Amino acid sequence: MAFYVVQFLTGLASAASLFLVASGLSIIFGVTRIVNFAHGAFYMIGAYIAFTLTERLSGAFGFWGGIVLAAFAVALIGVIVEMVLLRRIYHAPELFQLLATFGLTLMVEDLVVLIWGPDDLVGRRAPGFRGAIDFFGQNIPSYDLFLIVLGPVVLGILWLLFQRTRWGVLVRAATQDRDMVAALGVNQKWLFTSVFAVGVFLAALGGALQIPRDAVHHAMDLRIIVEVFVVVVIGGLGSIVGAFVAAVLVSELNAFGILIFPKISIILVFLVMAVVLIVRPWGLFGKPEAAARKTPGLTVNPWRPLTSNERLMALAALIVAAMLPLFAGNYLLTVGSEIAIFVIFAVSLHFLMSVGGLASFGHAAYFGLGAYGIAFLAKMAGLPMIVCLLLGPLLGCMGAAVFGFFAVQLSGVYFAMLTLAFAQIVWSIAFQWVDVTGGDNGILGLWPSSWAASPSRFYWLSLGVAALVTVALRTMVFSPFGYALRATRDSVLRSEAIGIDAKRIQWTAFVIAGTTAGIGGALFAYLKGSVFPDNLGISLSVDALVMVLLGGVETVSGAVIGAIIYKALNIWLVSQTDLSKLVLGGFIMLIVVVFPKGIVGTLEMLAQRRKKASPPGSTLLAKPIESAE
Amino acid sequence: MSVAPPLLAVEGLTKSYGGIHAVRGVSFSLRAGEILALIGPNGAGKSTCFDMLNGQNMPDSGHVRLLGEEITGRKPREVWRLGVGRTFQITATFATMTVRENVQVALISHGKQLFNLFGSAPKFDRDEAGRLLELVGMGGYADRPCGELAYGDLKRLELAVALANQPKLLLMDEPTAGMAPRERVELMRLTARIAREKSIGVLFTEHDMDVVFEHADRILVLNRGTLIAEGSPAEVRGNPQVQAVYLGEGLVYDARHREGAST
Repeated sequence: MAFYVVQFLTGLASAASLFLVASGLSIIFGVTRIVNFAHGAFYMIGAYIAFTLTERLSGAFGFWGGIVLAAFAVALIGVIVEMVLLRRIYHAPELFQLLATFGLTLMVEDLVVLIWGPDDLVGRRAPGFRGAIDFFGQNIPSYDLFLIVLGPVVLGILWLLFQRTRWGVLVRAATQDRDMVAALGVNQKWLFTSVFAVGVFLAALGGALQIPRDAVHHAMDLRIIVEVFVVVVIGGLGSIVGAFVAAVLVSELNAFGILIFPKISIILVFLVMAVVLIVRPWGLFGKPEAAARKTPGLTVNPWRPLTSNERLMALAALIVAAMLPLFAGNYLLTVGSEIAIFVIFAVSLHFLMSVGGLASFGHAAYFGLGAYGIAFLAKMAGLPMIVCLLLGPLLGCMGAAVFGFFAVQLSGVYFAMLTLAFAQIVWSIAFQWVDVTGGDNGILGLWPSSWAASPSRFYWLSLGVAALVTVALRTMVFSPFGYALRATRDSVLRSEAIGIDAKRIQWTAFVIAGTTAGIGGALFAYLKGSVFPDNLGISLSVDALVMVLLGGVETVSGAVIGAIIYKALNIWLVSQTDLSKLVLGGFIMLIVVVFPKGIVGTLEMLAQRRKKASPPGSTLLAKPIESAE
Repeated sequence: MSVAPPLLAVEGLTKSYGGIHAVRGVSFSLRAGEILALIGPNGAGKSTCFDMLNGQNMPDSGHVRLLGEEITGRKPREVWRLGVGRTFQITATFATMTVRENVQVALISHGKQLFNLFGSAPKFDRDEAGRLLELVGMGGYADRPCGELAYGDLKRLELAVALANQPKLLLMDEPTAGMAPRERVELMRLTARIAREKSIGVLFTEHDMDVVFEHADRILVLNRGTLIAEGSPAEVRGNPQVQAVYLGEGLVYDARHREGAST
């Protein structure tokens, strides 16, 4: 019995930090409508700076002062980020905001290693809370008790701040209607900046308070951000009480999940999240959101199938690509295969994101599932390659069918957060369930059969499949299904009013995209000869997002170009520098801020302008009118 | 004729939000080919009433029957399949698609081809889409991106989309709101002509009394959630209760004296 009580208290203590970070994210979202992906990064910087300060400053005051000072320092960094980066993208589509803050996260990860080194850092114990309290033979660290008290105290302070101060009233008003608040003469810029500072302060404080409990390391940002996303999805974005309740719930589930499913404890959290989403898609304490504000597109430029000339050009490009083995060596052919595989991966996400308007932040899950599908079939069932290639992607298909069902219940940022959380869950299973997946060691020794073994043959195989997949998905864009999918993206209200079951259409698209990604993953497993949890990790998901954005999110097949350029650049970059995340993060922010239409999108726009310049005074542009009902 | 059930029969429709009775015991019926207007001051419950007819909103109690078949609480998409088209107060269209594609989506849905993955949508019922656009006077705009259209044209496009499944009943929530006076008259004349030709029942809400009295066969007056009058335009115009409601709001006389200058 005592053991369970202690386990319960440990859970409560973990909830404190989680609550601080989640409430910060919620507050920022409420006012600025930005889902701050970099929140985990601020949490991590908070922990690192607190580590340094508490090591330098001595005594009790030094420790506690160091913690608070660290949080203030990070809040200041947050202010700079808000003024320099976020102010430029408040009016960009949600997807771009998530991506820009993700770019920032990547940069921070490399910077942290650059400054503090790659090793785990173990911080000081908190003065006054060094010992443990005996509870019927079980030890409870007294610091845990401090954290248990701290959580409700912070909740109370935040409540007072929002209910009793002028600033709090403004924040609550802006959360309901920021345009109205601006119209009433409130300086919106400074309101946003101050809100962002408070949110970041909470995240950094959450990180700093962790140092007596946990080692500080450079991957803690992703771990916390996934948990925080789960918390805000369960509690409801924008609700602080919801963040508190959900933080406690998730922490307790983690604490007891280990007792029930020691190998895959994360399953329990997933189950609870799934139930909440079915019963209350907007979270326990959230409010149902009004329909999405706008489509991911920035302009209106109708899509059309390729003309026969353009088809010939595409075919010519394919033939040229197929001649690569005539003059390239083995290394280049392997790179070529990898690029072809990433074309498959990118077009599959593009289908979901551009055609369906569903920006998945966890698309690598289905790529990786396809790869693991191959590993299971080839290593455990010993099936020949051709059978594996046909059946392996089915694992991606099944994963997409299960997760997609829940994900399409939501839209916009909720959809993005949920897909990310799902991907992280799949990753955790691959990582933790060592008996089946080999855990971190992966599954090795997957080699293609002799008919596809040589680099040139494997290249042709990958190229052929990539071409096939691209043509198939493009055909679907212009199929009746594709029209229906675009319809649900543009207006769910109108779709439902003309007999379209929007969720079923979107779910189908999710499964198609997941299966296609699985095909890419299956080939990837054979290319590398092995499968690792990284094959379904977050960074791979983001690679896909960047490829789509780079090509142009509003184009029909820009992802092909985006994948080729990005992957080639990426492979080259990794060979040139150790700081690839830093460069990549900067690159992502650059695309989002100055190049939001992507390569193909920009080319199309230029061509369009030239065309429009000839017939004078053709159209009076009316404002696009979208239903807001 | 007396044996066949009416096209639309509404019985005791009731909905409250918290303590507010938005709609209380509303009953009426609508014949095929008839144009029925639902009017009332702001907050009378028109939109709530409307949304409950095609499943956009769930009534607390009451029945909605289409040709005798119970459709209360059905989802909007199911109601549509039974032959009820609808336009919205604030237009809802597919902004990134062309005008023709907007109509084609409705035709695809009507033809139950929504899950056809490899057919050609641009060729799908292209002629039929063209005909529908011609019908509402949008033939020349077929290839224009929908997001470029002026508001009045969007309303006409919505009408074309609503006609795509050969509906028996059209629900139009403020079809002429936000349009210029001449456009209003044109759109309602068009609607009336189509309704008579194809024997479609039309129920519409409207604030512009000129439009209502010129085009409606029959008028329902809603005030604070209850029907207070029902009858031909002449009857409703002479009804003292209706006059009281509108005089209190000062709406009727404003509208008449200014003769549309107030748009």
